[in-house]
Amino acid sequence: MPAGPAGTPFCMLAMTEPEPLLSLEHASKAFAAIRALDDVSLQLRPGEIHALVGENGAGKSTLVKILGGVHLPDSGALQIDGEEVVLEGPAAARDAGVSIIYQEPTMFPDLTVAENIFIGRQPLRSARRIDSRAMTARAAEIFTRLGVPLDPARLARGLSIAEQQIVEIAKALSLNARVIVMDEPTAALSAVEVERLFGVVETLRASGAAILFISHRLEEVFSLCQHVTVFRDGKLVLSRSLEGLEAADLVHAMVGRELPERIPQEQSIGKPVLQVERLTREGVFVDVSLEVRAGEIVALAGLVGAGRSEVARAIFGIDRYDAGRVTIDGVVLRRASPAAAMAAGVGLVPEDRRQQGLVMEMSIARNITLASLTRLRRAGVIRRAVERRFARDWAARLQVKYGRLSSPMTSLSGGNQQKVVLAKWLGRRPSLLIVDEPTRGIDVGTKGEVHRLLEELAAQGVAILVISSELPEVLRLADRILVMREGRLVAEFAHAAASEESIVAAATGQGEAAA
Amino acid sequence: MTGIADAPTRASAVDDANARRLIDLVFRARELGIVAVLALLVLVTALIEPRFVDLTNVQFILVDATIFALLALGETMVVLTRNVDLSIGSVLGLSAFLSADLFGHHHGISIVLVFVVGSAIGVACGLVNGFLTVVGRVPSLVVTLAMLYILRGIDTLVVGGGQVVASSLPNSFIDIPRRTVLGLPLLAIVVAVVIGAGAYYLRSFRSGRELYAIGSNPDAARLAGIPASRRVFTAFVISGGIAGIAGVLYAARYGTIDSTAGSGYELQVIAAVVVGGVAIFGGSGSAVGAAFGALLLNTILSALYVLGVSPFWNQAIAGGLLLGAIALDRGISLQLAAALRRRRTHLGA
Repeated sequence: MPAGPAGTPFCMLAMTEPEPLLSLEHASKAFAAIRALDDVSLQLRPGEIHALVGENGAGKSTLVKILGGVHLPDSGALQIDGEEVVLEGPAAARDAGVSIIYQEPTMFPDLTVAENIFIGRQPLRSARRIDSRAMTARAAEIFTRLGVPLDPARLARGLSIAEQQIVEIAKALSLNARVIVMDEPTAALSAVEVERLFGVVETLRASGAAILFISHRLEEVFSLCQHVTVFRDGKLVLSRSLEGLEAADLVHAMVGRELPERIPQEQSIGKPVLQVERLTREGVFVDVSLEVRAGEIVALAGLVGAGRSEVARAIFGIDRYDAGRVTIDGVVLRRASPAAAMAAGVGLVPEDRRQQGLVMEMSIARNITLASLTRLRRAGVIRRAVERRFARDWAARLQVKYGRLSSPMTSLSGGNQQKVVLAKWLGRRPSLLIVDEPTRGIDVGTKGEVHRLLEELAAQGVAILVISSELPEVLRLADRILVMREGRLVAEFAHAAASEESIVAAATGQGEAAA
Repeated sequence: MTGIADAPTRASAVDDANARRLIDLVFRARELGIVAVLALLVLVTALIEPRFVDLTNVQFILVDATIFALLALGETMVVLTRNVDLSIGSVLGLSAFLSADLFGHHHGISIVLVFVVGSAIGVACGLVNGFLTVVGRVPSLVVTLAMLYILRGIDTLVVGGGQVVASSLPNSFIDIPRRTVLGLPLLAIVVAVVIGAGAYYLRSFRSGRELYAIGSNPDAARLAGIPASRRVFTAFVISGGIAGIAGVLYAARYGTIDSTAGSGYELQVIAAVVVGGVAIFGGSGSAVGAAFGALLLNTILSALYVLGVSPFWNQAIAGGLLLGAIALDRGISLQLAAALRRRRTHLGA
């Protein structure tokens, strides 16, 4: 286990700034009518971790793709080591010493870990044959250097996201990349994995690499990075040393306005909607009893793997359970039947919206109406006009920012995709909404909107069960907080009584006595 | 830190090694499984009908299987890249007729030249397939399905109502599939060596491994700077070329060629490839496995014939075998996923 430091204090800045390794001058890029990147200049220096923040759609991914040779800028120049380069294709970027660690993992599941690292440039022996032994040995050597015990000869299939990222970093190292771009590497990682990743990144920085680090989590930016650049609507709005900056400054730069704090509202909490009694699934969760009332937001907190999502899936009927029962509005819910749960007025917004919440190839309108089709049909026929009106109505209520309702889901940013998932379920007017990680991978501005939406729903009398790994979110949203650890409910806090410390203590088992 | 996230995931090298052994075992078991089924099949059939293991019959089965195994090598290269070549049956038919027809028009033409012409016909078809798939960005399923019909149409046009008969072919050509070395058909030996070389190429050369990478994750392949278009194009050209050569061999084997030669071969070859353990959506499998798949399929059909089972059952049984192979694949991958998950849960605890 590498126990690298979680970050460096930013007072460690060198006295004289070294020459930039990579320098982008006045780069612009437009897609059709949209200016994705507008006259952006950026310098990456050796031995420096440079944070890039901005809301979804601010142009970060476009910049990443330009540096990775996927897109050519429409105008502007790129210099590496003071020499002008044109990155035509990913191979050119690689040869120029730029490595990109993309947000979506780019593994070959059927190849070994070592091959994933060396694909296209495997070490050779006589007659240009691949020298697998040397390849495995070199991969093993890199993993040793990184301090991670990964077997280079195993297949990549089944690697966790964190392990896949380590493989990507190993790839960058094997290339002797001097510029490393990491596009939201921590989005899907747990705290421990993040810490391990930070250790590795810090090692890279210390060895003189220039790192561009993209993240939505501002705490990470402050603990890891020395320099920050903020994008808004394709333009660079701030680029300076992090010293003397505060999170609020960055948020302000990103959204161009202050975010409102939680508006404390006295909600009228009604009768119980969801009652879960002694729910047990062999080896996953045990004896879970909980209640969510109309108009109440209850948060399930806990470590990843504590069984929170599994409980939600069991309630909704995706997974079976072995004992216990679930009632909705006093009526026992048939187990293992999502259809029954939906008929009873339950909606589930899953953790992984791209895979489970949306049909990415289908239009925005069709995704919104997907769960309400039975309601929209007349004599079994779904009329297009009716469907469109329904979709437009809900998209407007949730303030989804879209071009055309007939565009595919992929045209929306993450935050707007999440709003579509919410719209899909709200269209059914649920009495209970289960939301798993409501704001994962969503920018700060949209995050606030999603929170407000959930609060409004509660005010309208919907019972809401939120699962979240982000404590500020839990503390902001929930009227009550339930903490799970190793498949059991271990603590319950009222909104007023909860603090980050008490929840972490309960979730990790240190606060046993207190809870 | 806002995330109060995770239980520690310790990826210990020991567990990784265990997982790898498991996976290795599964893949070896696949080829061993085919051999075991094959052995059982031959044994049972031979007990009921001893003539099945006559030297002549065995030689016949091997030569027939050889043509399929050769086609399976080309098809494997295409399927590995998450594409499919449905045109090989038609390519084989066209090449078989045109090359055999050469003997009638040019007496004393060199057999080597005939092979060259046959493979050139196949390569030309492969070029079209590859071009439309890669440059035209049309799904290969559609491109090669269209080529299946177009080439068969051309074949019918060229052959007309006629056919090439064995008597118009030189003996030295007819003899190619009949030559044996120590009782084994020479052709089977040569093709076995070719398939071995093909499998070695796929396993041990960069461009070979890149075919796996492309099929495993096409987007990642592009981001990794793999010349995916060129590789896929090449796979189609090779598949076409192989189908062209197989056409010449078909002519030598059967002597009589009409416009239906090779009809339906494409599906039988794809069945063999899948039975042999090549994933239909690309990324994994081996040319050797595919060759064994072809051998198994041919042996079954031959066994059914020898046992006097109605030909009606042939196709039904081939289909059943295909379903069985896919069910096995699915079962294995579920088991594998479950095993990996269990491993993860242990560590997560």
